[in-house]
Amino acid sequence: MDWAALRISLWLGAGTIAILLPLGVWFGRLLAVRDFTGKLLVEALVTVPLVLPPTVLGFYLLVTFGARSPIGQAFQAVIGHPLPFSFQGLLVASAIANIPFVVQPIQRGFEAIPSDVRDAAACCGLTPWQQFRRIELPLAWPGVLTASILTFAHTLGEFGVVLMVGGNLPGQTRTLSVAIYDRMQAFDDRGAGVMAATLLVVSVATLMITTALSRRAGPTRG
Amino acid sequence: MLAIFGPSGSGKTTILRAVAGLYRPAHATIRCGSHSWTDTRTATFVPPYRRAVGLVFQEYALFPHLTAVRNVMTALSHQPPAERQHKAEALLKLVHLSEQLSRKPHELSGGERQRVALARALAREPAVLLLDEPFAAVDRSVRRRLQTQIDSLRRTLDVPLVLVTHDFDDVVRLATHVLLLEHGRAVASGPISTLMSRPDLSWLRDAVGLGSVFDARVARVDADRGLAELTFDGGALLAPAGHLQLNTAVRVRVPAREVVLAAIPPTGLSLHNVLPATVAGVHADATFEAVVVQLTVGRVVLLAEVTRDAVARLSINVGQRLHALIKSVSIDLVAADADDTNEEQ
Repeated sequence: MDWAALRISLWLGAGTIAILLPLGVWFGRLLAVRDFTGKLLVEALVTVPLVLPPTVLGFYLLVTFGARSPIGQAFQAVIGHPLPFSFQGLLVASAIANIPFVVQPIQRGFEAIPSDVRDAAACCGLTPWQQFRRIELPLAWPGVLTASILTFAHTLGEFGVVLMVGGNLPGQTRTLSVAIYDRMQAFDDRGAGVMAATLLVVSVATLMITTALSRRAGPTRG
Repeated sequence: MLAIFGPSGSGKTTILRAVAGLYRPAHATIRCGSHSWTDTRTATFVPPYRRAVGLVFQEYALFPHLTAVRNVMTALSHQPPAERQHKAEALLKLVHLSEQLSRKPHELSGGERQRVALARALAREPAVLLLDEPFAAVDRSVRRRLQTQIDSLRRTLDVPLVLVTHDFDDVVRLATHVLLLEHGRAVASGPISTLMSRPDLSWLRDAVGLGSVFDARVARVDADRGLAELTFDGGALLAPAGHLQLNTAVRVRVPAREVVLAAIPPTGLSLHNVLPATVAGVHADATFEAVVVQLTVGRVVLLAEVTRDAVARLSINVGQRLHALIKSVSIDLVAADADDTNEEQ
């Protein structure tokens, strides 16, 4: 059992959620309530990581964040080492790969709120922030929850992007899915089996927790 | 109460939304008392949450995740937190919902949701209360009760009300002033009795028929004959007693096509009402086969639709004295004070 890989997988999942959730709520809501020119293009761009083969996505991320690109150099100046083949690089790649898994459910969640209900909140004298905090966010909560589960589950299972951008550095970028592949290559069926079972247990537990959470939220439609 | 009346798509709701600040018109001046809410010339626009408006939405628009009392408390953020619960409960009591405080919207009936929405709108202590088709989504029996409740609220609270409706029944029952809208344009506006005694509102004529509206009091109830005597400014009418109660206010609508004119008072007729009247105007419209005659009875104006031939035969002229004949059963009555406070089952 590669405990370091499990730790990296869980950190990567949690870190991706931490980065993406605030952005996803802001952007998902924006797409849900605003109409602007070019919205179709923006929505398509948001969805691209979903349909792109992970290796292709990984390739472009390497090109974008590599040592030869200005973005890559800027990152290197800040964190002190090149972004690819580091945990930070993995985190950035994972965040980008998961954009559609976060934005779409949240957008649907906000879209499900009738515009009358939003207007009613304004007419009740709530400031825009209070409207968001007390009315919209609680009502879009199921969408936010779905976004978190999808992101976490997807991050645990991500393979192509991780291998392309992170490589397979033990203790740094070797996630559990990569470790399973690694063990299989080494004909260590037992090691791979233990880790696969661990991922299965973590996934089932995640689903159970979220189901319990969404039950507690109770029926919200009137 | 001002009723904004017009067909679907005439811009009624848009006006309401503009007043609430939910819609930003290209050119408009909206003032409430001394406050300028929208003025496109000075680029003034007060956002909805800073306008003292209460808006009751057509589909209620309650917050589905909050209980009835929490829904009302949401509109009480201008009050100290300690008092909000108490105030919200008092408002729900006002709309007869003391038993439903902790229910969520999906556990309430349509009429109950509507009343929560009303309590929530009142919680804001609005300078104007806006009602957008408030009765469109509830069934008929609930509708009557809500109308009565809103009417009694109007009398107890000192808040101007604006009601948007495409149902003429709401106008006759509730409005003191009317704004007629057609294709986004104001066709006419004024006090309901003045407006309804105008003979030239062809759109109103085609939509609901002309007919004067005025207020009266129940002066006498004759249970044996099943009739009630209604006195108004300068005259009296007999009408079916129905549920009318002595000494209560009643709103009367006399449809123009139900009024018959006679040069001399006829005898031997079954009808009860023969009112001496003076012709105030004769309105002929090329697009309409009938002629509308305006009559004054005391200080009330009646309308009568008669044929061109009848005008010629009676040689009807302004200032002429005639008799207006009205069948008692053709008079529409709205008892204003019948405060039905029964809880909805």
